[in-house]
Amino acid sequence: MDDIGAGPKVVFEIGSIVITETVVMGWLIVAVVTLLCLWLTRGLKKVPDSKRQVVAEMFVKFVNDMVKKNMGEKLMGYSPYIGALLISAVLGALISMVGLRSMTADINVTAAWALLTFVLITFHKIKANGFVGYLKSFAQPVAFILPLNLISELATPASMAFRLFGNVAGGMVITGLLYGALGTASEALHLHFAFGQWAFSALQVGIPAVLSIYFDLFSGCIQAYIFSMLTMVNVGAAAEE
Amino acid sequence: MSDKAFVLGCSAIGAGLAMIAGIGPGIGEGYAVGKTIESIARQPEAQGDCTRTMFIGVAMAESTGIYSFVVALILMFANPFIKRLG
Repeated sequence: MDDIGAGPKVVFEIGSIVITETVVMGWLIVAVVTLLCLWLTRGLKKVPDSKRQVVAEMFVKFVNDMVKKNMGEKLMGYSPYIGALLISAVLGALISMVGLRSMTADINVTAAWALLTFVLITFHKIKANGFVGYLKSFAQPVAFILPLNLISELATPASMAFRLFGNVAGGMVITGLLYGALGTASEALHLHFAFGQWAFSALQVGIPAVLSIYFDLFSGCIQAYIFSMLTMVNVGAAAEE
Repeated sequence: MSDKAFVLGCSAIGAGLAMIAGIGPGIGEGYAVGKTIESIARQPEAQGDCTRTMFIGVAMAESTGIYSFVVALILMFANPFIKRLG
């Protein structure tokens, strides 16, 4: 019960640098994505004759089309970044399906990604309006609205970080709570079987898996899509101004 | 009743109250999805655009619910008031 809402465990420490589960999951995802890229792009042909090239082309085309539609032709250079963001967010949520801790269930990860988006937004706003124009834009249309503009500027990355973190961590907490509740319920209904060291509760079989499909598979993919979509929309809007 | 028990109990009630904010996004998202279905029924060829815009809107509407959920999580698992007891 106590470990349901706990943060990521510390795996090991190098001096004063703490390496948590999240960082290890990050390494794992980087390795998986690298291997996947190497495997999918091996022996590319002009007319694809293997299924894996079709899959690779489908993903690249999906990301390229999305970037073109939301950010415009001029910002097509962002398509690799968006693709990387999408694949790490999806894998970061899906990794919990094999029993590991989700990478995106840590506010540090999502906050770092949202900070990147914020830097990109600011960069494009300054590029489009000039530095003075960027500062002036906070006092538009009237000067006394300045604090509201500042808050709304900071609310964009904060809400993006909290949204992704809240969804993934929430799924984890709810699944954990339900798992505990089902254990208690099956003990109350005498459906708890113990054979020496090995024990299991009848109600804990199957029911959490249905929830896991919703929270890990569906919600994880949708939130990853929404995170990259919001990055595209915000950066694209900043570049247009 | 000890001070700690009182703070813990009040925090649990607060976490429950915070989740009342789930009503708002529920109504909002239902309305958005309903309107999207209406427009898709009227113009089936615009399904892709409608769905994409709906997802962004739904994500926006969900923010308030997620904020309240984060508040509830903090109250349950990282209670700041317990530390104040000293």
